[in-house]
Amino acid sequence: MLGFYGTPVASRLMLGTAQYPSPKVLSEAFRRSGAGIATVSVRREAAAGEGADFWALVRELGVRLLPNTAGCHSAREAVTTARMARELFGTDWIKLEVIGHADTLQPDPWGLVEAAAILSAEGFKVFPYTTEDLVLAERLLDAGCEVLMPWGAPIGTGLGLANRYGLRALRAQFPDVPLVIDAGLGRPSQAAEAMEMGYDAVLLNTAVAKADDPAAMAEGFARAVEAGRLGFEAGAMEPRDMAAPSTPLIGKAFLA
Amino acid sequence: MTREIIGGGVMGLAVAAELTARGRQVRVIDRQEGAGPHHCSWWAGGMLAPDCEGETAEEPVVRLGREAAEWWQAQGAQVTRRGTLVVALGRDRAELDRFARRVPGRLLDAEAVAALEPDLAGRFGRGLHVETEAHLDPRATLSGLRQRLAERGVAFETGEIRATGPAIDCRGLAARDVLADLRGVRGEMLVLRAPELALTRPVRLLHPRYPLYVVPRGGGIYMLGATQIESAGRGPATVRAALELLSAVYALHPAFAEAEILEIGADARPAFPDNLPRIRRRGGIIHVNGLFRHGFLLAPSMARMAADWICDGIKPEVCDEDHG
Repeated sequence: MLGFYGTPVASRLMLGTAQYPSPKVLSEAFRRSGAGIATVSVRREAAAGEGADFWALVRELGVRLLPNTAGCHSAREAVTTARMARELFGTDWIKLEVIGHADTLQPDPWGLVEAAAILSAEGFKVFPYTTEDLVLAERLLDAGCEVLMPWGAPIGTGLGLANRYGLRALRAQFPDVPLVIDAGLGRPSQAAEAMEMGYDAVLLNTAVAKADDPAAMAEGFARAVEAGRLGFEAGAMEPRDMAAPSTPLIGKAFLA
Repeated sequence: MTREIIGGGVMGLAVAAELTARGRQVRVIDRQEGAGPHHCSWWAGGMLAPDCEGETAEEPVVRLGREAAEWWQAQGAQVTRRGTLVVALGRDRAELDRFARRVPGRLLDAEAVAALEPDLAGRFGRGLHVETEAHLDPRATLSGLRQRLAERGVAFETGEIRATGPAIDCRGLAARDVLADLRGVRGEMLVLRAPELALTRPVRLLHPRYPLYVVPRGGGIYMLGATQIESAGRGPATVRAALELLSAVYALHPAFAEAEILEIGADARPAFPDNLPRIRRRGGIIHVNGLFRHGFLLAPSMARMAADWICDGIKPEVCDEDHG
């Protein structure tokens, strides 16, 4: 069974909690998808004070919470936000985002490693939002991370797996590290593809929250994740150029 | 028997208007005098845009919201019926396609956008005109309705907010003390003066991160809204919120860079978990609440339903609790 930092995880689908039409729709999306982990953004609500009502609704989902440091642009901000999240949610799990580029929301590799090291030393279980860069992955593991969350594509773009080669290489390089595709997925088939490649789980938000019917889309993703995982575990055939009939031709009157 | 209406924001005034029109005596009790910044509706955009809101809101909002423009007009409010113009910047073109798929309207080319709003000529290759929608000036409307009610014998009292007899509780977020599932959703807004620009209808700029609407208030005054943050905080607007709204309006038209900032405001909207409004009866008190970002849009139908219940015993469709 999949586990993060020694905690078993039943569902390989993780969902964000932002941008839904209402908390009720958010709750339906979780119910229909069976997603077991919810990411929740701390910074903005806390900065404005009194986000407690919404957080109470998120807690009612009955799933494990993974607070994130979304919107942080430096290691220092991210570390402060992570400490605040630990207080607020009583968990040492933290999805670490350190944004390096305002337009693409691309992670800042240096800030990410710096914050990951500080937080790991303080006992946090860090889930870093990273790119598919192998060297960066290595540094994050050195900093104490035991899970990596590479992007499929930039946050909110719905482009799917933008760098298949890089993601395949990452999977091959770290066969024993739980890897979660985080961000960039737009449709269920893309989640299935990530799972077929051997990724352990996927995390998404916009693709579900902004769908015409978020709850139905959440279920679609859940099934795709399951299908992709089964496809990976079952061992897919290799593609080949020549047709190979599944029923032997011998004995048939093919020369007639 | 005089009924007390607790809260003199848009919902309280609308209920007062409906009951008065049906010959009932009412008294409005509020914590402060006059229509003002202590009311959530003071900060509203004043768009009567049921179809556009239907992009994210559920069906009742769209249907019930259709009553709003006519109702406000009947109350003597100045309602401008020029529809809503929806546009997106070049690289967010897909946002417009998605919006148009969900909201009925007339798709426009560059020429048609320019014909509707000449000041936006050459800036947008495409747009969507939701023709049936309207807008009003919330502050003028609140003050006007208050005055009109006073002229018709409605008493306005300031002070301790506590019901002494049969009452209608329209306090908005303040009613959290008795409505446990009510939450605050913070919104931040700005008011600008841009006399160089002459937009004549609400314009919505779609953007995946920083959506914006601009509502003309006349005389070169524009209201920009609004952020939507899961927080009951009512403190001053943040720099981030101001940057987002101002960057977006600058993208809509660079002439906004020369505008004067008249006001930056913030408040929290009252909402239930599905963001739909509710009417509840508990003993002698009827609660009318949860209008979320649809105060002016839904107050008319909510007031009608509350009055139907009180006067004719017709239980409202939005009633989810009745402990008479």
